[in-house]
Amino acid sequence: MNTFDLSDNPVRELNQHLHGAVTGKVVVSNAGGKHSVAVGATGAHEVEINGNVGYYCAGMNCDANIQVNGHAGPGLAENMMSGRVHVSGNASQYCAATAHGGLVVIDGDASSRCGISMKGVDIVVKGSVGHMSAFMAQKGHLVVCGDAGEALGDSIYEAQLYVGGKVESLGADCEEKEMRAEHKETLQSLLDAAGINDMTVDDFKRYGSARKLYHFNIDNASSY
Amino acid sequence: MCGIVGLYAKTDSIRQNLGKHVGAMLEQMGERGPDSAGVAFYADGVGASKVTVQHDSADQIDAVAQSVQKAFSGVQLKRRGTHLVIESPETPAAMEDWVRESFPDLRLMSAGERIEIYKEKGHPSEFVNNYALHEISGSHALAHTRMATESAITTSHSHPFSTGLDLCLVHNGSLSNHNRLREKLLRAGIRFETDNDSEVAAGYLTWRLSQGDSLRQALAAAIRDLDGFYTFAIGTRDGFAVLRDPVACKPAVLAETDDWVAMSSEFRAIAQLPGAENARVWEPVPAQIYTWEGEMRDGVAA
Repeated sequence: MNTFDLSDNPVRELNQHLHGAVTGKVVVSNAGGKHSVAVGATGAHEVEINGNVGYYCAGMNCDANIQVNGHAGPGLAENMMSGRVHVSGNASQYCAATAHGGLVVIDGDASSRCGISMKGVDIVVKGSVGHMSAFMAQKGHLVVCGDAGEALGDSIYEAQLYVGGKVESLGADCEEKEMRAEHKETLQSLLDAAGINDMTVDDFKRYGSARKLYHFNIDNASSY
Repeated sequence: MCGIVGLYAKTDSIRQNLGKHVGAMLEQMGERGPDSAGVAFYADGVGASKVTVQHDSADQIDAVAQSVQKAFSGVQLKRRGTHLVIESPETPAAMEDWVRESFPDLRLMSAGERIEIYKEKGHPSEFVNNYALHEISGSHALAHTRMATESAITTSHSHPFSTGLDLCLVHNGSLSNHNRLREKLLRAGIRFETDNDSEVAAGYLTWRLSQGDSLRQALAAAIRDLDGFYTFAIGTRDGFAVLRDPVACKPAVLAETDDWVAMSSEFRAIAQLPGAENARVWEPVPAQIYTWEGEMRDGVAA
């Protein structure tokens, strides 16, 4: 096991270790709101981070399993490729932005712009998400057990959104969709992966693209 | 980009060491704003008023110190950096008038019963050392590190900006309608020292408050009338308020323990405080006015 106390050691040493070939358990203490903790991890590292992290934690993650025992600042798991990121507290704005793959689980709330431009990642938020979440979301799944803020899924492409609570408002070209058997199956697998057993797939509504905006049409010019 | 920190002490120990804690928080925000730094401290004074003035020339400050002691009795003076805090039994308005008349070149940083404002261009860590912030005690403080985007880097362009007696404003963001709004406020009699966009927000609050608004009403009106990006922190006689614009691109974190209430642009500043690891931490909701004056309230501040 490797340990990194960020009150003594620079974040760069931790990250260089996570870029290396030797994988195994890594414990990070005194995160102290520092930026870029566990960014660019490559390989099946098992990373445990204790304390609140600042900007861009777990960005570009590839295959690592990153557990944050605390809150995460803006830009958590930005452009993640694969692996898993789990935050025990809340995540700030643009969590999992542009992320291509893997699973992000937030036990608390995620703030505004959660999953903005997501490109294949799965995101499960046990609490609520803020405004403009899943903006221009292209692929992947966003599951919100609580409420979603204003303009959910604005200008969405083919990502699928599942919300258990109230949606403040839907963004342009986002609509409620039928929950068919295959969607229930996908949702159930995501709830299982996030360890959620106090809600069932029937508690959720599905939202996605009305597909009216994403091919340019001059008649829609006022909506762009 | 800029950095904001705020700290409210609930215990004597935090009050005694307020400057030390705020200095540590401010240094963490140096990367967000390396151009200039400033702080507003709130502490009981010896007289009825506290007025902070500033001049780059030490000779000028000497002259003010001599002159004010001749003009008024019972005056106490505190010198810190290029600033002079004048505590006196006179009203804040009387002291402001005297300063403006006697020394029109002086910068009037703040006036009130409890507020002291210090600000200077230069790196925040130099500011923390040069102004010996660790010596200062008080009930609460707001501080700012500036990365200029809209206007020049000078001491006058730095934050906090006074917005009236015992009130000040710090801002992270940029306003897009400040020019037109400034013209309107000038016609309403509000004074501006610079072309800074944040000073317009401060002037706007000054104007609304002079029209009889409560702080909460003034901030609610600001959401309507100010266009742009902002996280504001507003220092009041007994606490502070926080407001983010409805789009909320600019960060803000609030935290509380039994010993203190803190706000900052980032948690790493709050992490400097004793007991931060066990604090309750949350992100203020966009377009919602938070006031802290001994307790977190939805009531009217100031």
